Amino acid sequence: MIDDAIEFLEPYTYLIIGSVKALVIAGALLGIVPLLVWLERRLMGRFQVRLGPNRVGPFGLGQPISDSIKLLFKESIIQGSADKFLFHLAPAIVVFTAIVTFAVIPFGDPITVMDQEIGLWAANVDIGLLFVFAISGMGIYGMVLAGFSSNNKYSLMGGLRSSAQMISYELTLGLAALSVIVLTGSLSLIDMVNSQDSYPNILIQPLAFLLFFIAGVAETNRAPFDLPEAEQELVAGFHTEYTGMKFAMFFMGEYINMVTMSALVTLLFLGGWNSYGIPVWPIIAFAGKVGFLLCVFIWLRSTYPRIRYDRLMTFGWKVLVPLSLLNLLVTSVFVVL
Amino acid sequence: MDIEMEMVPLAHYLFLSATLFVIGVVGVLVRRNAIVVFMSIEIMLNAVNISLIAFDRYLSLHDGQIFSFMVMCVAAAEVSVGLAIIIALFRNKPTINLDEFNIMKS
Amino acid sequence: MELLIFYPLAGLCVAFALGVVINNSPVGSAMSLIAMMLGLAGIFVLQQAHFIAVLQIIIYAGAIMVLFMFVIMLLNLKGSGEDASWRSRDKNLLMTVLSGFLVAGLLYKILCVLNSGEFDSPASLPENFGTAREVGTILFTEFVLPFEVASILLLVAMIGAVVLAKNKVD
Repeated sequence: MIDDAIEFLEPYTYLIIGSVKALVIAGALLGIVPLLVWLERRLMGRFQVRLGPNRVGPFGLGQPISDSIKLLFKESIIQGSADKFLFHLAPAIVVFTAIVTFAVIPFGDPITVMDQEIGLWAANVDIGLLFVFAISGMGIYGMVLAGFSSNNKYSLMGGLRSSAQMISYELTLGLAALSVIVLTGSLSLIDMVNSQDSYPNILIQPLAFLLFFIAGVAETNRAPFDLPEAEQELVAGFHTEYTGMKFAMFFMGEYINMVTMSALVTLLFLGGWNSYGIPVWPIIAFAGKVGFLLCVFIWLRSTYPRIRYDRLMTFGWKVLVPLSLLNLLVTSVFVVL
Repeated sequence: MDIEMEMVPLAHYLFLSATLFVIGVVGVLVRRNAIVVFMSIEIMLNAVNISLIAFDRYLSLHDGQIFSFMVMCVAAAEVSVGLAIIIALFRNKPTINLDEFNIMKS
Repeated sequence: MELLIFYPLAGLCVAFALGVVINNSPVGSAMSLIAMMLGLAGIFVLQQAHFIAVLQIIIYAGAIMVLFMFVIMLLNLKGSGEDASWRSRDKNLLMTVLSGFLVAGLLYKILCVLNSGEFDSPASLPENFGTAREVGTILFTEFVLPFEVASILLLVAMIGAVVLAKNKVD
């Protein structure tokens, strides 16, 4: 009976493994969001000399669960002047693109289970990095549509700002990543990690690392670049009109994007799952680096004040883009020589 | 199973390309909203890319891919200048209906 | 297998392209166009042109369409500037006839290609067809001059856009 089943399923092993991997990764990403919210609130509390959430469960760990139950049961309000279809579509786009981007992120060497080599990634495409940029670029539409469909001046301003900001900083992000591509000679993220087995890229590309990280913070709309949702000027920017679960979906998108960005920085500059002599499992090394970067994200938020909008654009176009071009030029010259 | 048998014939790609191209042409001819006209032009450019790449694959060449890359460059240039013109026109006269831009017609 | 993927994708592309033309609100048109471009990227993947497919998403869906959305939001075009008046324009009949001629011409040309029997089966593809490395190598060896001309074109377009959008037209 079982043998028959195995024989029947044999040709579809590839499909089954693929779907299981996709489900596990999507589930893990969604599961990590409440943990990140808890971590951020705890750390922010410490940074501001207070305790943070500590009443529900041990160390306040039950807080994200009770929060999500609250959000689930909250009434979903849509004001009459909104464009209904786009209003519902926008948060879905944000979460969808955030999860799909993670499909090409590898987090370890392939392992062998039951004579079957299983790569620790959902998909191994030879143009991995381009795929990440392509799909994460689609995430802009979520914010733009949310801003537009709400029919609210604050939302519209937030949407406009987010589209301008993300286009500007995507340039720096791409150019900084390009210098790593030039060094590696491949667009595959796995090749990039394998090329860093003796030393991480951050040692030879410190400027590119800095530029990539700054642009990454701006891309994820995190403080100090959270202009699209600047509370003091725009109420809450593009998600002013959202309530309940749809509101939570924007946050899920933001936190998943944070994880993706940290994973990308780890893969491109910090050597991925290489542990450089420290005896830990590769996957733990990877998770540790990503976790550290996530803490840096939170640290940045509580350290720097939000910069003014025109300063943000000037900084992006007049400082970051020329610097990344220069860095790319110097790198290419060295690689050619 | 023979993979060759299941390939999509070239003609289907060409038909798709032609259909999209005609839709784009109709959009340019019928619509009067400047932005929608621009989008219809994008449809036409995209339609051409399909046949370029289809021929590429059937003749095992690379020229078509390079050419569609160039088409994308031209599209980007065209859109940036075109939308700048629309913004400039909108400042002058708050409409984007193409029929109302007739000051050159005395 | 390929046919199974091709027909739904092609159908979606045509439907969304029609959506661009029919939709009354510019935002609806833009969303249709984005969906059509994603569908086309799928068709490029089906044709093994992976690099062009990703470029299609990055350049068209990721950059050009964001520009469209940006301008639509900047001008705050809620309804269209023309409302639904385009449906009852008296020139529409003439336009339809003209497009009919175009359809006839294109169909004739495609049928000629079909009957020539030249493209019955695809040529055997080289191993690295459509990869970034292959397209890049050819772009920077055989097609270096067009590439440089394209970059000048983009520079001119950039300067033109800045000048146009900055000054008021008299």
